[in-house]
Amino acid sequence: MGKDKLVIEKPLYDRLPIAKPMVGVAGKTGLWRVEKPVVNNSKCTRCFLCEIYCPVNVIRVEPETGVEIDYDYCKGCGICADVCPVNAIEMKPE
Amino acid sequence: MLYEIIFYGRGGQGGVTAANILVYAAMYQGLYAQGFPFFGAERRGAPVRAFARISDKPILRHGMFNDTDILVILDHKLAEMDILKQVHVRDNGLVVLNAPDNYRVKLERFSIGDNVKFYRVDATRIAIENKLVVAGWPVVNTSMLGALSKASGIVSIDNIVKAIKSYFKGRIGEINAVAAKQAYEKTILLEEV
Amino acid sequence: MGEKLVLTGNYAVAYAAKLARVDIVAAYPITPQTTIVEKIAELIESGEMDAIMINVESEHSALAATFGAAVAGARVLTATSSHGLMYMHEYLHWTSRARIPVVLALVTRTLAPGWNIWSSHDDFYGQRDTGWILSFALDNQEVLDTTIQAFKISEDPRVYLPVLVALDAFILSHTSMPVELPDEKQVAEWLGPRRQGYVVDGRELLAIGNLTWPEDTEEMVMDLWRAMEESYNVIKEVDREYGKLFGRSYGGLIQCINCSDAKYLAVAMGAWSGDLMEAVNMLREEGYSIGVLRVRFYRPFPHRDIWEYARGVKGLIVYDRAISFGAWGQLYTDTVAGLYQYTTKLPIISNVIAGVGGVNVTAEEFYELTKNFIEKIEGGEEPPRITWYHRR
Repeated sequence: MGKDKLVIEKPLYDRLPIAKPMVGVAGKTGLWRVEKPVVNNSKCTRCFLCEIYCPVNVIRVEPETGVEIDYDYCKGCGICADVCPVNAIEMKPE
Repeated sequence: MLYEIIFYGRGGQGGVTAANILVYAAMYQGLYAQGFPFFGAERRGAPVRAFARISDKPILRHGMFNDTDILVILDHKLAEMDILKQVHVRDNGLVVLNAPDNYRVKLERFSIGDNVKFYRVDATRIAIENKLVVAGWPVVNTSMLGALSKASGIVSIDNIVKAIKSYFKGRIGEINAVAAKQAYEKTILLEEV
Repeated sequence: MGEKLVLTGNYAVAYAAKLARVDIVAAYPITPQTTIVEKIAELIESGEMDAIMINVESEHSALAATFGAAVAGARVLTATSSHGLMYMHEYLHWTSRARIPVVLALVTRTLAPGWNIWSSHDDFYGQRDTGWILSFALDNQEVLDTTIQAFKISEDPRVYLPVLVALDAFILSHTSMPVELPDEKQVAEWLGPRRQGYVVDGRELLAIGNLTWPEDTEEMVMDLWRAMEESYNVIKEVDREYGKLFGRSYGGLIQCINCSDAKYLAVAMGAWSGDLMEAVNMLREEGYSIGVLRVRFYRPFPHRDIWEYARGVKGLIVYDRAISFGAWGQLYTDTVAGLYQYTTKLPIISNVIAGVGGVNVTAEEFYELTKNFIEKIEGGEEPPRITWYHRR
């Protein structure tokens, strides 16, 4: 392995089935939310499960401050609340 | 020229290896060649065939054949099983037999054309004398290549020896080469068949 | 002159993988492919080959692992046969539509039931519409050379498509022949480093296969089609370069022997084309004006090359080692459709289905069949459009 350096070169016909994370055509999808995840950071153990499980990649867990959610894009799916092992996230109606 | 050769032996006697070594020998001789097993399942001890083709031109044909120019029999008991008739030896062809000195060819056991010559060598004895015995089986395939060289002259014994040594490295190669050379010396034409 | 070894077709694949300096091999054993995997494992074990072998539990996983490694930037090879390929089929589409360079060696084998390990081309034709470049070798030397060429074609930015190299079960896979190996360094230099359109290695967030709207999807498929069209030129170029460097080239997508002045053409693909060539040599000696057109690459279909030789001929006889049930032989269908791109006045084109299930078809039989076809036309008769040749 690693015999040669890998070369990435654009194809001649370059419409490929690949995607990079970016703001989608739907804009700020936070508007879609019916329930909002509310975090109790004093309970949070910084296990990072919510960050890993978030399907839209809007959660960051900071070791110092705890869970930060980008509500502009959070659709309120509730997965973070579901996976939290210490029930530090609660889903509340908007 | 195109020679088609069938090695008739029993599963485990090394017929396929013989065919492969023969391809090496032919290559050293500057010839084109193919070697292959029977296309299918094989069982240890059961009668099996291996095949070879040698030519001075690129070989375009493929696949198994039943009509042959040379039939090499690794075990004379196959003749008693009445299966050698599945193979037809063409006119002016050769049969090279591994059989003891007192063995007498029964022509009704063979399917042969006109003017087919029979050669014989006791390869089993040569194998035992050289301690070429694997899992109770005398290994006669390399000796029979020596016999084939003597009987046909298609590939020289020097190239057979060179091929054996490139196929089996070290001491195993040396012993097999000795067996092939001894078999070459001891192979005789059976005048009265 | 490179080193000459006596190799079976399967060993030729293994040595080609070594020469191409493949990084990762994932494969699942199946007769008659098994010895490819065994030989590669042996070459890795002895230190002759610097690669990783991934053991998997099925062929579907074999190509999935191969695909994954390729996406992550590795030069990869997998190999299979018959039902193994059928099981892989889904991932063949993933690989081509993701435009990821991969090389697959296929030892063609009949499909079951009737449990049968001998060569037909059923499994090969089953991959016709996957978007893979499909090639078929004539002998073990070509197996080695085409497999090396396959990496060059697959990793070309004009192409970026997976390539399948087919070889007939036993007739090549288990038959030993002298094979000349090109110089390892020279091959490495020619192939160059692994090249691909994108990589998923964790450094940049990238996803494959997100939901795509119909128009976007259609455009991606159109690009695959364009890349396949472009591969026609790349295959020819690669074969020419290979010839210059290593002394052997095969005429690009087809090989035509005795064709320049031929009034008739016999068309075939795979190892039995050799037997057909011998038959045609016999017919030539008897004064028949006939050539053999051997298809080396079935996708992209070399209709341009076939037209070049078929222009003005009186008849073509196409031998197929498989059939599309309810229609015709696949090579026949493509030959007829291919020539229709250039003329509305087609010559007589007949189809012979034979050798299915691994039935041996000899040079003598090809001689009879081909001669019959010519005699019929010369005698003012119409030969049948499709016949199934079977003897017992």
